[in-house]
Amino acid sequence: MDYLYFPGCTLYTKAKNFDQTARNCSLLLGFELKELKNWTCCGATFPLATDNIMALLPPSRILATAREEGTALTTLCAVCFNVIKRTNRLIKEDGEKRDKINNFIEKNYQGDLQILHYLEILKQNVGFSQLKEKTRKPLAGLKAAAYYGCMLLRPFEEMEFDDKEKPTLFEDFLEALGAKAIEFPYKIECCGSFQSVGSPEVATECAYKILSSALKNGAEAMVSTCPMCTFNIDHKQSDIKQKYSDFKPIPVFYFTQLLGMAMGLDYQTLGFEQNAVDPLPLLKEKGLL
Amino acid sequence: MGENGAFIKRAMVIGGGIAGISASIDLGNGGYEVVLVEKLPSIGGRMLQLSETFPTLDCAQCTLTPKTVETGQHPHIKLLTYSEVDSVQGKAGDFRVRIRRKATYVDWEKCTGCGLCQQKCPSKNPSEFDRAMGLGKAIHTLSPQAVPNKPVINPAHCRYFKEKKCRVCEKICPVGAIDYEQQDRFVEERVGAIITAVGFDLIPKESFGEYGYGDIPDVIDGLAFERLNSASGPTTGEIRRPSDGKIPKEVVFIQCTGSRDPERYMPYCSRVCCMYTAKHARLYKHKVHDGQAYIFYMDIRSTGKGYEEFIQQGMEEEGTLYLRGRVSRIFRDGEKIMVWGVDTLTGKKVEISADMVVLATAIVSQRDTKDLAGKLGIKTDEYGFLTEAQRKLRPVETDVEGIYIAGCAQGPKDIADAVAHANAAASKVQGLFARH
Repeated sequence: MDYLYFPGCTLYTKAKNFDQTARNCSLLLGFELKELKNWTCCGATFPLATDNIMALLPPSRILATAREEGTALTTLCAVCFNVIKRTNRLIKEDGEKRDKINNFIEKNYQGDLQILHYLEILKQNVGFSQLKEKTRKPLAGLKAAAYYGCMLLRPFEEMEFDDKEKPTLFEDFLEALGAKAIEFPYKIECCGSFQSVGSPEVATECAYKILSSALKNGAEAMVSTCPMCTFNIDHKQSDIKQKYSDFKPIPVFYFTQLLGMAMGLDYQTLGFEQNAVDPLPLLKEKGLL
Repeated sequence: MGENGAFIKRAMVIGGGIAGISASIDLGNGGYEVVLVEKLPSIGGRMLQLSETFPTLDCAQCTLTPKTVETGQHPHIKLLTYSEVDSVQGKAGDFRVRIRRKATYVDWEKCTGCGLCQQKCPSKNPSEFDRAMGLGKAIHTLSPQAVPNKPVINPAHCRYFKEKKCRVCEKICPVGAIDYEQQDRFVEERVGAIITAVGFDLIPKESFGEYGYGDIPDVIDGLAFERLNSASGPTTGEIRRPSDGKIPKEVVFIQCTGSRDPERYMPYCSRVCCMYTAKHARLYKHKVHDGQAYIFYMDIRSTGKGYEEFIQQGMEEEGTLYLRGRVSRIFRDGEKIMVWGVDTLTGKKVEISADMVVLATAIVSQRDTKDLAGKLGIKTDEYGFLTEAQRKLRPVETDVEGIYIAGCAQGPKDIADAVAHANAAASKVQGLFARH
């Protein structure tokens, strides 16, 4: 089975490893990610102002194009997922905005696409118990912290991803891969997001709190669904280390990288060279290479 | 109508909390016979769980026990505890109420209330009366001052019922009152009027994922804090947190937990939380002198007589720290409980590393109120509270003649208001009886 797939800009640049591992894993799991034609940037932020129609046009155009090709659209990046899913819902529910948007983009899209996140496909269409059976190299002994961040979950009533205050889908996924998912209180806290541009110290502080909370609760690795989060919690670790000298760096994986490992893909194809904190020493130590 | 078509001047009160007790005593003192039906083994209701009451800081049990005893001994009041209304037929002047008397497995005629069985019972389980903080026995009374002071066996916890062995209570009972074979039985009562005073419940703290899902043992609700404060409670009145028995030095109280939250929980104000939280903070300070109480609030609603003065005293003389704002998250941080909130008066984020958190959870209707209302043919509102005939001018009557409501079954109330409501209902019944 094929899934129409919207990669998003970052997955073509800084997060190539995220994109590639997801595509490779899907083939092993019996489905293919079919890339949407002529896609553009999703807009990267769902507009907070209710009259900001312009900011809704890029995701709307993506949705309208996707509807011409299929009935569902899959994303990997949590930010794209958020922007696209919320725009889709708005088009479906707000007739006035729908008409305005359609006038602008010269389409007639009604908001009837199903927006999926890759993790949802793994849960609903593959099934975590099936997934567990398909793993060839379970990640036994790896204590991993599932970091949701904001975008997968919030706003709760629009994203409808999992339990609003205490989600477990991501942990269930890690357990299916054979890892030990550790619980930590910062798992749905904000990574600092775009503050890393204007007030980098704010984002560094957010990342520090998240990482130290995970470390305190026994995590050996962080797992992310979002290039934005990954930038803040992985690439910012050098800044954290400068500020907090006793900080112990911790590798940050995209969930598809761990999926690839568990599915038995050669680690050299998993794009670890793009990870800021080198995960290889940990994987060696755990006997997972 | 009665045997010869006469209007039966005998009343039933459903619910033996402070409202039901007050109405029963009024009617009994008025010379009318009353049947008081209570689903728990003894009367007293929620008030019996409380430690001290606002704004006077009277001991709840000291003020209530004379009332429960009076009810138990009143020549005109017939107590049917551990009983539930099964069906209701008839109309004002002649209601026929079928009542299920639940099996207690103890012959109350023989039982002298000596309490030996409770001492010797080997099965200890979390006590519902103590909000699962203390342990109760499988054979138990609700409190040492229970009226009637007769125990019941909870078959879900009793070793004999579960494993067919034990029978310790049977062996120890000096009067042979234990009867494992007892069955539920039904009785019919004929009355001319019914007062429904079935009280309230609290929204479960497990509803609040952001506050720890009920999996942090030191996040408790207001009634649990009452039990911690109570001399008859699991800590005999010492403030010790449930997880490790340590005395908490920093306690955070959160008002409006589930109240005034139309998007997610109850849109209404539960009316008593501002006052009882202020009381909690003061009682805490009276017992833990070097402790600090923080209260997160939305507004302070202290509209009763002496209430505002009570709040001010807490702030000015007892050092309660009020923070206007909501709490977004609570989680465990080692032995501490991290509380994240906001102080909207300064606009600053607040983080408190607390030892215990008390949630002033919303007052909700009892789960079975709707069912009972169906049997009585009266209405409930969208939240399950009983609907009065007219919001302002007929606050204790219902749409059915001869059926009245009293206390928190109609909506959240404090004790004073519940008692006034019950007095009004009793007076309405006496008026009805006087007209016939």
